[in-house]
Amino acid sequence: MKIESENAISTENVRKSAAATGDLLISVKGLEKRFGEVEVLRGIDLDINRGDVICIIGPSGSGKSTFLRCLNLLERPDGGSIVFEGDDLTDKKTDVNLHRQKMGMVFQQFNLFPHMSVLENMTCAPVMLKKCTKEEAEQRALSLLARVGLADRAGSYPTQLSGGQKQRVAIVRALCMEPDVMLFDEPTSALDPEMVGEVLDVMKELAESGMTMVVVTHEMGFAREVSNRVIFLDDGVIGEEGSPAELFGQPKSERLQSFLSKVL
Amino acid sequence: MSWLEQLHKTFIASGHYEWIIEGFLNTIKITLGALAIGVVIGSAVAVAKFFSEGAPSMRWVSVLCDFYVTVIRGIPVVVLLFIFFFVVMIGADGVTVAILTFGINSGAYMAEVVRSGINAVDKGQMEAGRSLGLSKLQTMRKIIFPQAIRNILPAIGNEMIALLKETSVAGYVGVVDLTRAGNIIRNNTFDAINPLLLVALVYLVLVVGLTRLLKVFERKLAKNEDRIRKRDLH
Repeated sequence: MKIESENAISTENVRKSAAATGDLLISVKGLEKRFGEVEVLRGIDLDINRGDVICIIGPSGSGKSTFLRCLNLLERPDGGSIVFEGDDLTDKKTDVNLHRQKMGMVFQQFNLFPHMSVLENMTCAPVMLKKCTKEEAEQRALSLLARVGLADRAGSYPTQLSGGQKQRVAIVRALCMEPDVMLFDEPTSALDPEMVGEVLDVMKELAESGMTMVVVTHEMGFAREVSNRVIFLDDGVIGEEGSPAELFGQPKSERLQSFLSKVL
Repeated sequence: MSWLEQLHKTFIASGHYEWIIEGFLNTIKITLGALAIGVVIGSAVAVAKFFSEGAPSMRWVSVLCDFYVTVIRGIPVVVLLFIFFFVVMIGADGVTVAILTFGINSGAYMAEVVRSGINAVDKGQMEAGRSLGLSKLQTMRKIIFPQAIRNILPAIGNEMIALLKETSVAGYVGVVDLTRAGNIIRNNTFDAINPLLLVALVYLVLVVGLTRLLKVFERKLAKNEDRIRKRDLH
């Protein structure tokens, strides 16, 4: 698939393909998280359906990343529950590792494994976790790399890649586990401006394919164009939520209006 | 008497070279054995400490590790050697005692080195591994540890060299190591300078050889990635 062609895809098509099926995937209730004295999340409720593409926006320090990192328990919540595919992740008895296999995550700083080639980066987890044989994993990895235009980079090491390439590898590394949902933590914030596009294009294509996505981002254009729901997080609570048209078109709260006036 | 004649008299004619060979072999044996034990103990302690830091229920592991490192680092290795030879392992063969003592001693230093290597690996690496569904131990083994070892290879080299030279006190418990061998010859021949010179030279050659070997190993581990990076810089 050529990256260029994606720009032609109309907003409407993307939205339709990303339309929620109504099939509940993740249910967050009353989520709370404190760092010492600071209450970062103060009771967040959110239902994420299969096929949802949810963008989380908000000022820095509002708890966006913390919320996302709570979803796969990289941060352990202090209160509330996260029910993923029927299991409460906050329950101590739940095997988090097993559920994390179904939740791909993409980081701001890419976090590729520098001592492994691109191919090894992608195949190490599925093979170690016995999700498939080495051959199957390599085959899947190569076809994923081709999908993001990096087929010729399978043998490269992360230090040989540009920022945009690294992030694309990070995305397909997560996809190699065949997750049910993908979490993106400011995936383009560490990129040079000219590389933001290539990563957003991959994410757009992923959204089109029907992948459930939760994206913390400062890319308002992406949020407006690709997501079917936007969450405005403000001071640890959901300030406003709705379709991109509602949130960007008619922001109700003053906080959101002032936030949007600063970032748009 | 020329110098060569003196050498012949000191080492060959009297058969004293056999002491040197025996000493050399024992020094190598003790160093390599202790190194293996040290690396294993050091890695185990460092990893155990890393895991116990996050979990309150594992605090005793951390305390135990700290205790080991503090005690061992606080006692001179000769004293430790005496304790093992005369108290803990009475009747055991000197070389075995030396290997164990130096290994346990080196493990404490190695633990600190490995720990620094683990801490130097970016926090995001653990998060990336965990987010893929790998357990903490799997991430440590496959992702953190290999990077940590590469970070600390030069420090491990230093520890190896220190260890090799430290073994020269093994003679205190009757082991004929390289140093003791030189000493024996000095006593028997009243020739001080040549045996000591030879012993010093052998240590020096060993250290230089080790350093070289380590450089090769370092380069091998660095693989393509760093080579490319260096090429870009020049």
